[in-house]
Amino acid sequence: MSKIRFTEPNREILARRDSIINDLTRLVDPAGLITSADECRAYETDALTAYRKMPLAVVLPKTTEEVSAVLKYCHDTGVKVVPRGAGTSLAGGAIPSEDAVVLGLSKMNRVLAVNYDDRFIRVEAGVTNLSVTAVVAENGFFYGPDPSSQLACTIGGNIANNSGGAHCLKYGVTTNNLLGVRMVLIDGSIIDLGGDYLDSAGLDLLGLVVGSEGQLGIVTEATLRILKSAEGARPVLFGFPSCEGAGKAVADVIAAGIIPVAIEYMDKAAIEICEAFAKAGYPLDVEALLIVEVEGSDAEMDATLADITAIARANGATTVRESRSAIETAAIWKGRKSAFGATGRVADYLCMDGTVPTGKLSYVLAEISKIVQRHGLRVANVFHAGDGNIHPLILYNANDPSQQSKAEAAGDDILRLCVEVGGCLTGEHGVGIEKRDLMRCQFDDADLAQQIRVRAAFDPRWLLNTDKVFPLDFRCQG
Amino acid sequence: MQTNFSLTALADAHVSESEKILRACVHCGFCTATCPTYLLLGDEADSPRGRIYLIKDMLEEEKPATPQVVEHIDRCLTCLSCMTTCPSGVHYMHLVDHARAHIARTYTRPLPDRLLRGMLAKVLPFPGRLRLALRVATVSRPIRKWLANLPGGTQLAAMIELSSSFKRRRPTRRLPGATVDRPRGRVALLSGCAQQVLGQNINEAAIRLLTRHGIEVVQPIDEGCCGALVQHLGYESRALDAARHNVDVWTREIENGGLDAIVVTTSGCGTVIKDYGFLLRNDNAYAQKAVRISALARDITEFLHELPLQDGVRTTGQVVAYHSACSMQHGQQVRDQPKSLLRRMGFVVREVPEGHICCGSAGTYNVLQPEIANRLRARKVTNIEKVKPQIIASGNLGCITQIGAGTGIPVVHTVELVDWAMGGPLPDVLGRRLG
Ligand SMILES: Cc1cc2nc3c(=O)[nH]c(=O)nc-3n(C[C@H](O)[C@H](O)[C@H](O)COP(=O)(O)OP(=O)(O)OC[C@H]3O[C@@H](n4cnc5c(N)ncnc54)[C@H](O)[C@@H]3O)c2cc1C
Ligand code: SF4
Ligand code: SF4
Repeated sequence: MSKIRFTEPNREILARRDSIINDLTRLVDPAGLITSADECRAYETDALTAYRKMPLAVVLPKTTEEVSAVLKYCHDTGVKVVPRGAGTSLAGGAIPSEDAVVLGLSKMNRVLAVNYDDRFIRVEAGVTNLSVTAVVAENGFFYGPDPSSQLACTIGGNIANNSGGAHCLKYGVTTNNLLGVRMVLIDGSIIDLGGDYLDSAGLDLLGLVVGSEGQLGIVTEATLRILKSAEGARPVLFGFPSCEGAGKAVADVIAAGIIPVAIEYMDKAAIEICEAFAKAGYPLDVEALLIVEVEGSDAEMDATLADITAIARANGATTVRESRSAIETAAIWKGRKSAFGATGRVADYLCMDGTVPTGKLSYVLAEISKIVQRHGLRVANVFHAGDGNIHPLILYNANDPSQQSKAEAAGDDILRLCVEVGGCLTGEHGVGIEKRDLMRCQFDDADLAQQIRVRAAFDPRWLLNTDKVFPLDFRCQG
Repeated sequence: MQTNFSLTALADAHVSESEKILRACVHCGFCTATCPTYLLLGDEADSPRGRIYLIKDMLEEEKPATPQVVEHIDRCLTCLSCMTTCPSGVHYMHLVDHARAHIARTYTRPLPDRLLRGMLAKVLPFPGRLRLALRVATVSRPIRKWLANLPGGTQLAAMIELSSSFKRRRPTRRLPGATVDRPRGRVALLSGCAQQVLGQNINEAAIRLLTRHGIEVVQPIDEGCCGALVQHLGYESRALDAARHNVDVWTREIENGGLDAIVVTTSGCGTVIKDYGFLLRNDNAYAQKAVRISALARDITEFLHELPLQDGVRTTGQVVAYHSACSMQHGQQVRDQPKSLLRRMGFVVREVPEGHICCGSAGTYNVLQPEIANRLRARKVTNIEKVKPQIIASGNLGCITQIGAGTGIPVVHTVELVDWAMGGPLPDVLGRRLG
């Protein structure tokens, strides 16, 4: 294992650890400074636990000003900083390095303002995704992007990874729902981008920040668009005797110009795992399942569903089951959203994340199972099919080092396949350390150099999330 | 998650059990979001995932517990909200029990902490001693502020503070069992140690309810503490002794007269009795008997719910906020039965916002960690008051006391309300308001 390299820690920084810690005590509240080995260990990894590095120290500021003071100090003294939200990154985006300070936003979790007239909410970056919806739900509003990890992941992490979710097919991903941010740059300056409305004057710098994986600055506050909940919503389960049929049905629905709120895909392995956990009534006698959700008035839903059902049947769907109650709907989504975690009951997994054109779904799924078989492993597929964002879960035994490297090799092959069919290395989980070295499959040197120049314009000394996103041998100073 | 245990370490039954638990955790972080201490403190090391990770390292490296690890494990309420949330089925309770036993073996606590824990373990499980201690607490009330300045004194002061909310309950003797003509069933009702002293009225109501339905109730005279208190304090062997003792007592009852259930009115105890089968799994003489006992354990609301229930005889209709104890909703996964019983008796039951979060009682937690416990109580009371209830009902004495100390709204046990609706006496605390 340990396919992914880390740079050698800067010895000079390690030697200065005591004095750095001493200086940090003056910049943050004592409860927000973590230095003992045992306590730092809790921060040595995120949801990509195959990789771990102990940080130099952890700071958990409570205000933008504290964030600014810490960043300014790190900038002036050349200390690296790794931003962290809830640490649910599947690409190792929040994994520290030994010469870096982790700056966690978990204590910054206040809701600052809610405005129903102008339909926005302003929150600190450490607020979890689901609690945004929880705040506005009683007034019939919600926040669109719904990553499966929404219970735990933070808005700051969502912005950094441009996270999406099941319902993003209709409502768009983070970038389509973010109105503004307050952000601290590495030199400590505090800037505001965007505002309380959808478009802002000048260069779309906000667009640049979304998906920048903590390399341009640290977001401390965000203004988000909130939407009025639909009159009604109804998920429907479509079971297929073959994966190809299900894949084709997705392509046909999209090609017909129908945009349901969500189209989620599960193969047999995933169905069994999720059903055992959520008891949602998923059909167990099929090879693939689509969860399609429609919204609107009853008449609207009936009409859209009739069209989708016809397409599904034409592609061989054998089961069609509508949710009949709020409890059933909740169970259907709970099963889907817990899919990755529930997989932990059967095996360790590497969760891949790539995007392919929906027309290629059937082909890609068939190829994935060949790839994984070639490496002697198993796979479970559960993903956002509507926008072609696949998540093969490569199942393996993490305590067997040979399986670890096979799983990683299979993962690389799958991502290369995504690029080959005209898709993309990442869907929504970001590049992190996981896909850093594959960036060359997607981009040539000129592309990379251009991106690196933008990055260096914000952080010339490469102090923010240094080892992430760009291949280690590809660096330039601003 | 990958683990790294030596083969010799895995030869230990506890370690190999914990290793299986650790392997199931995928470090997804979902549980952090529903953990009360993470919500308040925002530090990964005070979250379930962080604690699991610290425990993993401690056990893998076979190293003595450090003060830092102890601090974060001590802050855990054992509310088990994390277990309800975890999609991967990680058995946090068994893991943290193991960690606490490891701490007890390898770490010497500062003297005041040791004395306090020792005292709690020596007093609370014994009704006679508890009665005495409460008297001492009442006399010490005037000096609690002064005590708070001594080492370990904040905890002492918290204990005295809390004891004042016990006052209105009348201490009585252990209840005798109750026989009925031609019984349709026979159950053992757990007396509960603290409950005998502080909440006798609860089991009185339970007995009336059960006998009204033709259930004979026995209360074996030599039954002891269920072991939950000492278990959570890390006194593993004492907890096992308590479990063995009760397994013997109830097995005797099963053999002489038979038992349809072991009925529990304190959900904290219920969680542990339902776990006896696991706790004694490595004890050949007890393993099977313990599994049988655990299988018979029922919360009173679970048991009543399975009976053909009589109708209420009083006009009710009061607005009741139902507070589900953590040991009820997370420990035993008993969720709907209590609410459905109350609704059947005509009460208007309201769900409490953020109902999955602990009130801070958590066994001895409100004594050992008063600061976090008080913050959680304030948060709980605010949420309860949002639904504007006339009465608060709960199925666990600890919560009743904890919440009662923070609000003017009367707090009663669920069975007291059900019993009243069926013709029993009005619970004391309601007398002044509804009578
Ligand atoms: C079970 C499971 C299911 C998931 N499902 C989905 C899904 O459906 N859709 C999806 O898109 N993702 C999903 N994810 C991935 C992950 O939850 C998202 O990437 C999420 O946005 C990460 O948020 P976080 O708060 O945990 O950030 P972290 O993991 O802590 O950090 C992620 C990245 O953001 C940076 N960062 C964090 N906070 C800030 C900040 N305030 N300012 C600047 N940079 C910051 C970090 O440095 C890191 O690079 C899933 C993960 C898991 C474990
Ligand atoms: S929810 Fe379960 S699997 Fe996920 S981190 Fe928590 S304990 Fe581990
Ligand atoms: S038992 Fe409760 S306090 Fe302890 S880790 Fe789990 S959720 Fe947190």
